[in-house]
Amino acid sequence: MTPRLSLVAAAWLVFRKDLQIEWRTRARLTALLFFSLATLLLFSFAMGPDITTLRAHAPGYLWLGLLFASILSLGESFRVESENQALTGLVLTPVEARAIFLGKVFGNAALLFLLSLVLLPVTVALYDVELGRAPHLLVLVLLLGAIGISAPGTVYSAISANARARDVMLPLLLFPVLVPLLLAAVSATKFTLQPDPQEQLASWLKLLTAFDLIYLSVGFLLFPRIAEED
Amino acid sequence: MPAFVTFTLLIVVLSAVVAHVVVAKVRPWLWKLVAALGTVMLVGLCYLGLVWAPPEQYMSNVGRILYVHVPHIWVALAAFTLNVGCGVAYLLKKSWVTDALAEASAEVGVYFGAAGVAMGSIWARPTWGVWWDWDPRLISTTVMLLAYVGYLALRSFTEDPERRATWSSAAAILSYVSLPIVWYSVRWWNSLHQVQSSTSTVDKPMGQVLLWGLVTMLCWLFVFIVKRYEIARSRQTAAMELPPLEAPRPEAA
Repeated sequence: MTPRLSLVAAAWLVFRKDLQIEWRTRARLTALLFFSLATLLLFSFAMGPDITTLRAHAPGYLWLGLLFASILSLGESFRVESENQALTGLVLTPVEARAIFLGKVFGNAALLFLLSLVLLPVTVALYDVELGRAPHLLVLVLLLGAIGISAPGTVYSAISANARARDVMLPLLLFPVLVPLLLAAVSATKFTLQPDPQEQLASWLKLLTAFDLIYLSVGFLLFPRIAEED
Repeated sequence: MPAFVTFTLLIVVLSAVVAHVVVAKVRPWLWKLVAALGTVMLVGLCYLGLVWAPPEQYMSNVGRILYVHVPHIWVALAAFTLNVGCGVAYLLKKSWVTDALAEASAEVGVYFGAAGVAMGSIWARPTWGVWWDWDPRLISTTVMLLAYVGYLALRSFTEDPERRATWSSAAAILSYVSLPIVWYSVRWWNSLHQVQSSTSTVDKPMGQVLLWGLVTMLCWLFVFIVKRYEIARSRQTAAMELPPLEAPRPEAA
């Protein structure tokens, strides 16, 4: 019998497996990239060419683009598992369901984070934002936001992957929960790009971190029960 | 109107709820009594709210919507709390009873919440001059409603009863956890709503009418949940022979 893996080691393996599948085809990342590019372009068409308006609202566009892309990405993350009952196989291996959850969350978060880094230069080109004000904090906000979307998103995508009308189910369940994340991420991004006279950035960063920790722990507790039913 | 009348009614309704849960024998008829009391109290609420209570200091007669708006939101919150309690209970110990109760409370909660938000919007128009405002309580209630509409959609889109019960319990917990976070985040973001109404922030006769309204809505909350629960139970038994719980299933997973 194979010895039982530790939680972190197992999560790392699931994480690596997901990224490896991704890297071999690069289909999901390419599709996501072009999807979010199109979304960002559509926002500027919808708002008109006034560059001051676009610059002021750039953080909102960036996060909405990421949010829409995440719906596609999260949906795909369990669709690959439902082919050939791969998730059943994964649950049957001597690996805790919680490790699968952690691996999946960070796999999804890594993909979204990568996507957000690629989109940054696009926002410079389309909306004329200045990234130079606090680049390290901006990267931190993107990372925390990507984890925040993925933590509840992974739970919901595990649920909706097997439900009828799964493409509608995921956003219907996920968007209400992500309202605070969207508010915090957009505000935090805004204050890394624009002057922050009242120093609000720190409190939004705290809210983002709290959101991530809360949903990581709730998902960590709930996921084994959901995986049982998959 | 002496205050103890309303308090006595509140205690009567609460003990009726307890009696319904504890004593199986009273279940066929007790809800009818509560429904009758609810009808009488609703008529009483119309008189007390529209005629007896003094007009509000700043909003005059417009403020009278308070007596139905606030109790609606309160009982909706109570229904969602019951729902998440059932969700946790189901995950701890599988039971079709808690699943049916979760379904009933979510649906009734969505009704009360939607009616409460609609009344709030009607109230906002003459007092704030807008139909909609980015206030924390308004947003959190609306987000909560959206989350529970998603919850009901998930229930109706999942055919396997055991999956439906587990998944909707998880969805209920995730949505309920988000409520305080939504509230704080929107409060930081923007605010305008008046200080929360409760029986202590309003004048004495108004507080009494508000409490009367709450007892009235509690009667209806109870009746609606009892009837909706019975529907859920009979659907469960009619739909199929339910799979045995906690037993090994033929296909592993």
